[in-house]
Amino acid sequence: MAAAIYSLFIINKSGGLIFYKDYGSTGRMDTNDSLRLASLWHSMHAISQQLSPTVGCSGIELLQADTFDLHCFQSLTGTKFFVVCEPGTQHMENLLKLIYELYTDYVLKNPFYEMEMPIRCELFDINLSQATQKDRVALLGR
Amino acid sequence: MIGAGKAKQYANVVEKPLSKGKQEVSLSAFALLFSELVQYNQTQVDNIAELERRLEDAGYAVGARVLELLCHRDKGNRRETRLLGILSFVHSTVWKVLFGKVADSLEKGTEHEDEYMISEKELLVNRFISVPKDMGTFNCGAFAAGIVRGVLDGAGFPAVVTAHFVPVEGQLRPRTTILIKFAEEVLRREAKLG
Repeated sequence: MAAAIYSLFIINKSGGLIFYKDYGSTGRMDTNDSLRLASLWHSMHAISQQLSPTVGCSGIELLQADTFDLHCFQSLTGTKFFVVCEPGTQHMENLLKLIYELYTDYVLKNPFYEMEMPIRCELFDINLSQATQKDRVALLGR
Repeated sequence: MIGAGKAKQYANVVEKPLSKGKQEVSLSAFALLFSELVQYNQTQVDNIAELERRLEDAGYAVGARVLELLCHRDKGNRRETRLLGILSFVHSTVWKVLFGKVADSLEKGTEHEDEYMISEKELLVNRFISVPKDMGTFNCGAFAAGIVRGVLDGAGFPAVVTAHFVPVEGQLRPRTTILIKFAEEVLRREAKLG
């Protein structure tokens, strides 16, 4: 089943990559590159909060490039979720909220998960692969 | 003075009708509490068998209390004395109060006369739990197994109760089977009763 996004990253509050998954061939990265991108995004996000002309800015939410869109969602505890997708893909904010919900359910309620460490939870993977399917994401807008 | 306000209505505490019990509690709150219970017990043990035993003991305490409460509340202070009676009590009444539904199935073991199985497609305590590969066959359902053992033991049906993952064809996730192996004396008594 085709996924609606190119890849998904989750970074902990200190900028370490705790989850990375790519779907299909576009924008694939090896382990080192994904770690680098994660910590780069963490810093850029922090800098953008300081530089922003608006008061109380919570950081970059969307980065639009020629070949991809990058949507970012930061939770209250500082964990950041971001997806890379085709330019103009709809409902990405809702998808990120849904992924956050899956994270709170299947990662945080799992007694075998250690906070701030890489996520290796079978149930999270199963539910995530369902949530990112194209036809599921299309329904998120309703 | 506990219950001083109520004393006006009911002169004697035993005349007070029994509360129906709260029908629902937050699943998230339970899941987080259960997760902490498992994590705490993990720090107290050095092998998986020990962890399983500690979870079972925690469940046993719940089971013993649940039996007392339900016999009083639902069965007019009577308890089941026959094997099938107590099993269906666990499978339906106990399960409904604890997990909000009747257990998926109750079967008799095919190989041994003294074995019964309660199966759940998705046991409530395992809803959010992914057991890491290096922990082998460990199942947090040990807690539910402990509850079952607590109920059975309290009712006079001593048994060894264990929880296992059983793979199901065409399903991504295994189901949890709670295996009940009754003590010899239970079967002997049951045979005598005819």
